[in-house]
Amino acid sequence: MCNISRLTLVLVNQPVVRRPCVLIRKPSDIRPSEITSQQNYVNRRDFMRAGAVIGGSLIGASALGAIIPDARRAKLGDVGRSAFSTDEAPNSYEDITTYNNYYEFGTGKADPFENAQDFEPRPWSITVEGEAERTGTFDFDAFIKPFDLEERIYRMRCVEAWSMVIPWVGISLAEVVKHFQPTSKAKYLAFETLNDASRMPGIRRRSLDWPYREGLTIKEATNPLAILAVGLYGEVLPNQNGAPIRLVVPWKYGFKGIKGIVGMRFTERRPETSWNMAQAREYGFYANVNPEVDHPRWSQARERRIGSGLFSSKQPTLMFNGYGDEVAHLYKGLDLRRNF
Amino acid sequence: MNTLEQVRRIWKPLVFLICLVPALLVATDAFGLTGRLGANPVEEIQDRFGIWALRFIMVTLAVTPLRRLTGWNWLARFRRMLGLFTFFYVLMHFLTWLILDQGVLLSAILEDLTERPFITIGFAALVLLTALAATSTDGMRRRLGRRWQTLHNTTYLIGMLGVWHYWWQVKKDFTEPLIYAVILTVLLGARVGWQWQRRRLRLRRRRI
Repeated sequence: MCNISRLTLVLVNQPVVRRPCVLIRKPSDIRPSEITSQQNYVNRRDFMRAGAVIGGSLIGASALGAIIPDARRAKLGDVGRSAFSTDEAPNSYEDITTYNNYYEFGTGKADPFENAQDFEPRPWSITVEGEAERTGTFDFDAFIKPFDLEERIYRMRCVEAWSMVIPWVGISLAEVVKHFQPTSKAKYLAFETLNDASRMPGIRRRSLDWPYREGLTIKEATNPLAILAVGLYGEVLPNQNGAPIRLVVPWKYGFKGIKGIVGMRFTERRPETSWNMAQAREYGFYANVNPEVDHPRWSQARERRIGSGLFSSKQPTLMFNGYGDEVAHLYKGLDLRRNF
Repeated sequence: MNTLEQVRRIWKPLVFLICLVPALLVATDAFGLTGRLGANPVEEIQDRFGIWALRFIMVTLAVTPLRRLTGWNWLARFRRMLGLFTFFYVLMHFLTWLILDQGVLLSAILEDLTERPFITIGFAALVLLTALAATSTDGMRRRLGRRWQTLHNTTYLIGMLGVWHYWWQVKKDFTEPLIYAVILTVLLGARVGWQWQRRRLRLRRRRI
């Protein structure tokens, strides 16, 4: 409305004499951010939130639930802390957002940063199906609302032998699973990424069999370490990191952390997973970080910590990426050399 | 100045400087003067030297076919320099791996060399290339006589090892290694084609 009236006003004031009028801008040239600054946008959200808190105070603050603003780099409110966070220094925002593997936006490490800038992660819906009591298609805001936001500073170990420390903001996957009430038949939880070539330029190349697919056993999915991340550094999750919602399972190699999730399915049988489908010899279903089981083409014994500088040496990789206390029991009796 | 003099005095120094640019850019990017090396500078440096090594070997191999097609014989004057630059970039690629990536940790280096086939292949290419660089002088060329040409024909083998090394190292998207494989096939194919044509001509002449 505002744009149109502004344009009309300029048109009405047009003199009859033709002259180059450089000041006229088409409505499409005026970005919404020029009319409403991000600050005001966020303030409006805060204002509404504050109202909701006052209004909802009778039934308790937790009824408010998680709210993820639809604005880039907007601050997230009500983020709790977690005992699972590491005290290692997180990588810089720049490192975390410019060095990514997200083949839907290209296979180069800088491609997601470059090609995901115009991606609009809204509107967004997530379909939950399979062996669960509660299924259906949910709008992202409704999907996220019942859960509490928590900051989880996790180590991330990529299968390519590099690692980072990333301050995610997310919701507990165990809580999400509980919410949808899986039946006794549900042994696995499968995930799927958006498969939209018009919005994700990398999909036009057949680098993987789209859509990207990942999966966990139900026991893994309900482990308290597993989260669905919706934020980074206390802000809305950037597109290149998997906006609006992605999986984070820090004891597994990074490729298990499926991005841009649009589908979740509770299944009885082990679901197909993208990298395993592409090269079964190199990427297994479990993909637990394990310094003793090498990738056929490179060693997994050591890793390069991103941001450690040009002359620092690699550091030893830890079993389960250092999360053995929390997850080792999940794999008791399992031959990890065979089930890599 | 005649053309040969021009090549020696002007074009050779100029081409030399141009060939140095990718290496200089690595250095200036490291200090943030011209660009950046990104979140993983070690990988970036290694990849850049590696990709330039492949490009240089393709350019070096293109000299003779291009000379035959155009009749520009002065092109041959650049062949040795381009070959030595190939060696330079492969060596830098190797040293980056050895020093910055592996941190000169002998156990890890030996494990990689023996257990990772793509590294073994790359190392073999470096060893061969070192032999070619060492025998690139006029003196060595004279001393080796006809064997010199046989030895230096391994350039094609080195090119193949280089592309193979790259191919095997890529995770999934084979577009780029494929481009190099196609270029190499065309360059090698042209040679084989010419050789075949020459043999046929010789046979025909004999019949006449």
